[in-house]
Amino acid sequence: MKVELKVNGRASEVDVEPRKSLLDCLRDDLDLKATHAGCEHGVCGACTVIIDGQAVRSCLVLAVQGDGLDIRTAEGLTDCAGELDIVQDAFCDTHGLQCGYCTSGMILAAHALLLENQAPTQDDIRDAISGNICRCTGYGQIIEAVELAADRLRQRNARPDEALSAERGMA
Amino acid sequence: MLAHDPEARVLAGGQTLMPMLAMRLSRPSMLVDITRLDELRGIDVASDGVAVGAATVQAHALRSSDIASEVPLLAKALPNVGHPPTRARGTIGGSIAHGDPSAEIALVAALLQAEIVFREGDNDVSFKAEEFFIGPMVTMAPMGGCLTRVVFPKRPEGRVGTGFQEVASRRSDYAFASAAAQVVLDDDGECLSLCIGVGSVGDFPVRCDVDAAGSRLTDDEVRGIVEDALTDLETVEDLHATAAYRRRAAAELARRVVREARDEALEGSK
Repeated sequence: MKVELKVNGRASEVDVEPRKSLLDCLRDDLDLKATHAGCEHGVCGACTVIIDGQAVRSCLVLAVQGDGLDIRTAEGLTDCAGELDIVQDAFCDTHGLQCGYCTSGMILAAHALLLENQAPTQDDIRDAISGNICRCTGYGQIIEAVELAADRLRQRNARPDEALSAERGMA
Repeated sequence: MLAHDPEARVLAGGQTLMPMLAMRLSRPSMLVDITRLDELRGIDVASDGVAVGAATVQAHALRSSDIASEVPLLAKALPNVGHPPTRARGTIGGSIAHGDPSAEIALVAALLQAEIVFREGDNDVSFKAEEFFIGPMVTMAPMGGCLTRVVFPKRPEGRVGTGFQEVASRRSDYAFASAAAQVVLDDDGECLSLCIGVGSVGDFPVRCDVDAAGSRLTDDEVRGIVEDALTDLETVEDLHATAAYRRRAAAELARRVVREARDEALEGSK
C-alpha cells in the first residue's frame, strides 16, 4: 500500500505492507534509526514518537495509519547533525542516560510533556515517563533532566512552546 | 465488511489489539480501522446520559470538562488508564470492547450501569455494562458488530463523591486489584446511595450492591459495608498475585475508595 508520511516536516511516499508498523517503516523504509525498537508490543516506550503534538508508541501504529499525520522523531529535534536540543542537552548535563537505548523515547516523551506543561512538577514528569522503561539510570537523573530542561526553557527569551516548535521546525 | 467476514476485527486505538497481533495471539483476516470515522468520536451530553463515541481517545475524554462535571468517576479513573502515550491513541470503546478484567473504564461502566451500544447491520443493539462482561476478554459483543457508543448515566442529584484506586507493579500498569465508588449524600451528610465496584481480581469487573442509605459512613460503618458487599467476591490467582492477596487488596481498596468518595462529597467538590 502506498502511503504519504510526513516525518519531521518532510513528506515522503512509501510503499509498505499493510501489516508493517510505523516503527519498522521509520527505521527500515525511511532510514531514521533514532526511534528504537524495544519490546515491539507497547510496553517499553523505546519507540515513542510525537504524532500531532502527543507522545505515541510507534510500534502500536501501523505505517498505513500514519497517512497525513504530523510525525516527529528524535532526528527532527535539531536542524544539524551533532547539535543537541535543549532537552537532549539537559539529559547530558544530568547524566540522564547510560546505555542510551531508552533515551530517544524518554526525550520525546519529555518534549510532549513540555509542549503541554511548561512548569511540570516531579509528579507530572513521573507520569509523563511512566510508560518508558529505563534499565540503567534508576530514573532519578532522567527526572532531573526534564526539570532542568523545563527550567532552561522557562528562562529563555521566548515563550517555551514557541521555542519547542521552532526547534522541531514547526514555526 | 465486518458482517461478511467473521474473522475480521475492528481496529480502534490499537493499544491492545496491536500488541496481540505482535505476539500472534490474534490473527484476523482483515482489520477495519475506525480511528478516522468522525461519527464515532466525541462526547454528547443529553438529558438521558453522556454518550461517548466508541473511537473517542482516552486523552480527549480526560481533558473533557463534560466528563469532569457529568461523569466524575470516569474522570477520576482515566489517569489510571495506561500511560500518556497509550491514552493518546487508546479509545474508550476499544477498552470496553476488549473486556480486560483489569480495565478501569470497564469497571466504571459496570459500576455506573452504562449502556453499551453496538451497530449490527442496520440495527442498534444495546447491552447493560453489567451483563456485557462475561469473562476475561469475553463479552457479549455481537459477531460482525461494531461498538458505536457508551452511554454513561449523568451525575446524580445531591452531594456526589467518587473514589478510584488500584494496585499495580508500576504506575498505570495492569492492576492486580482496583476499586471504585460513587456516593450520594443528602444535605445533612447522610448517605442516599452508595455503589462499589471491584476490578482486576476476577474474570470481569463486578458491581457490588450495597444498601447504605441513611448511614453516616463512619470508618467503622464503611468497614462493615465493604465486608458485606464483598462476601461473594470471586478472586483469581495468577503469576502476579494469589487469590487471597487479591481479596485482601480489593477489600482494603474498597474501604479507601468509599472513604475517599465520602470525604469528597462532604467537601462538596466534584
